[in-house]
Amino acid sequence: MNEAPRPAALAAGAVRPAAPAAGPLSTGALVWRRLRRSRSAVLGLSILLVFGLCGLLAPWLAPYDPYASDLENSLKPPSPRHPLGTDELGRDVLSRILYGARLSLVIGTIAVAIGVVLGVPVGLVSGYLGGRFDLVVQRAIDVLLAFPSTILAILLVTILGVGLVNVMIAVGIVSVPTYARLIRGQVLSLKEQEFVDAARALGAGSLRIIFRHILPNTLAVLIVQTTLQVASAILSAAALGFLGLGVQQPTAEWGAMLSTARQYIQLAPHTLLFPGLAIMLTVLGFNLFGDGLRDALDPRLRV
Amino acid sequence: MWRYVAKRLALALPVLLGVSVVVFAAIRLIPGDPAQIMAGQAATQQVVAEIRRSLGLDQPLPVQYLYFLRNAVRGDLGRSRVNGAPVVEELAQRFPRTVRLAVASILVASVIGIPAGILAATRRQSWVDTLVMAVALVGVSMPVFWLGLNLILVFSVRLGWLPAFGHETWRHLVLPAVTLGAASSAILARMTRSAMLEVLGQDYVRTARAKGLAERVVVNRHALRNALIPVVTVLGLQLGTLLSGAVLTETVFAWPGIGRLLVDAVLARDYPVIQGAILLIATTFVLLNVAVDVLYGFLDPRIRYE
Repeated sequence: MNEAPRPAALAAGAVRPAAPAAGPLSTGALVWRRLRRSRSAVLGLSILLVFGLCGLLAPWLAPYDPYASDLENSLKPPSPRHPLGTDELGRDVLSRILYGARLSLVIGTIAVAIGVVLGVPVGLVSGYLGGRFDLVVQRAIDVLLAFPSTILAILLVTILGVGLVNVMIAVGIVSVPTYARLIRGQVLSLKEQEFVDAARALGAGSLRIIFRHILPNTLAVLIVQTTLQVASAILSAAALGFLGLGVQQPTAEWGAMLSTARQYIQLAPHTLLFPGLAIMLTVLGFNLFGDGLRDALDPRLRV
Repeated sequence: MWRYVAKRLALALPVLLGVSVVVFAAIRLIPGDPAQIMAGQAATQQVVAEIRRSLGLDQPLPVQYLYFLRNAVRGDLGRSRVNGAPVVEELAQRFPRTVRLAVASILVASVIGIPAGILAATRRQSWVDTLVMAVALVGVSMPVFWLGLNLILVFSVRLGWLPAFGHETWRHLVLPAVTLGAASSAILARMTRSAMLEVLGQDYVRTARAKGLAERVVVNRHALRNALIPVVTVLGLQLGTLLSGAVLTETVFAWPGIGRLLVDAVLARDYPVIQGAILLIATTFVLLNVAVDVLYGFLDPRIRYE
């Protein structure tokens, strides 16, 4: 977010602080120092920690069973008994949001993992080998990128069917072309560099060069992209849930919760407010953290 | 220039063919025999075979694809399985409405995003800058459909100022356009800001200032024009986000466009409509990207048409 290089951050990056006794800082320690100084990264990480803990500890934190309906107390506004109110079946909204955190984070993470596992090798090999293979792969990626992301996700869900697992697969596949393009671009410039020539001169094979020498140099870009990609995966999954094409009722998924809340917009606006806030904050957390990471890992990557 | 346009279109052609293959193959990948599904569970083998032959489903897949392509080029995308209407007619009726919504939201995005970005860049590191960038970040993090529902809650349910449904007048257009334009305006603001910051550091801007031009003139005449070039590209890239967002926005506001049609078709398993709608959306997206490329060269004379 902050494009202007702050003098303090620059100094920390350029000059090694004279730490007593300790040797030079490792890359990890340097990145961590810069991250701690970035307000957006700290804020993002805090939000993510809160939601991560909520998801992890949902069974202990949730005051009620997220699926236990209580029809006599349906659509009640927030009260001491139900801090975020109840939904149309009298289920506790807070409990459902806590369980939803677990679901959204798992969906986002697995979807992005699918994108990385399929997209990164394609980008690596395509960029390194070049030639006809690269040409064919790039045209295929052109075709996939010709579909706006939600449309592609909808097409995949049409084939696979709705439900939790299929949503993760669909959202994951949608991010494959992004990763393949990104990594290919990195490889194209990296493979011209001297250390690659050196490795080749020492007799390293293509696979070894790709995975031992090129891949580690793309990690900074990859990590930043992945953080931001989790944000958009969570948004896409929630959108599919809202459209009725994702995780299905009665599962406590934020998008699906909003889909129902929509019908009670006049009677119970709180059922609309809180799941949406939860999505927004989680996505904001990933975006803030991603921006901070980008600044910390490589100041030149700033958009 | 026309040669460039023709070349760009020629490059788009294989992509469009690829799109048609993907859409065709996707519908064939769905489990189940389409002829059986159309005939219903109780149908005799003979009826199913009859339907299969009439739909050309007894032919090998490549032949089926060629028929599909030939018909699509002729403007025949089959009939809806739900109401039997020709898919093309349905698309033709709904497409202009989606276009109207998209154009309105691009206007909203530009009117909010570009000035906000300029403001942030010219007041760099002030509270204005921080505020604009914070709002922009919240803007890209907000689910489109949730924003739409909140706008309905406030402006339709509570205040009663604007209608939540319908598409007849400009008043119906306001809330959907703001909903759809919000995320794009956030991205535009971020992009405009960094493009402006880059341009404001250039020598010719210093020259303009040095010769005593008013800051307003420097910003508007010298800096903005050059900063807008990358912004147009981003606007172009936003078209995909916009078409994706249109599906959600149209669902929230019951806006009878292509996006709503697609979602209804998926829920009803109306495959010919799904096929047609996705084909139309992807084709539009590809052609818009060509248009943006051409426009980009038009705005920046340094880019030569080869």
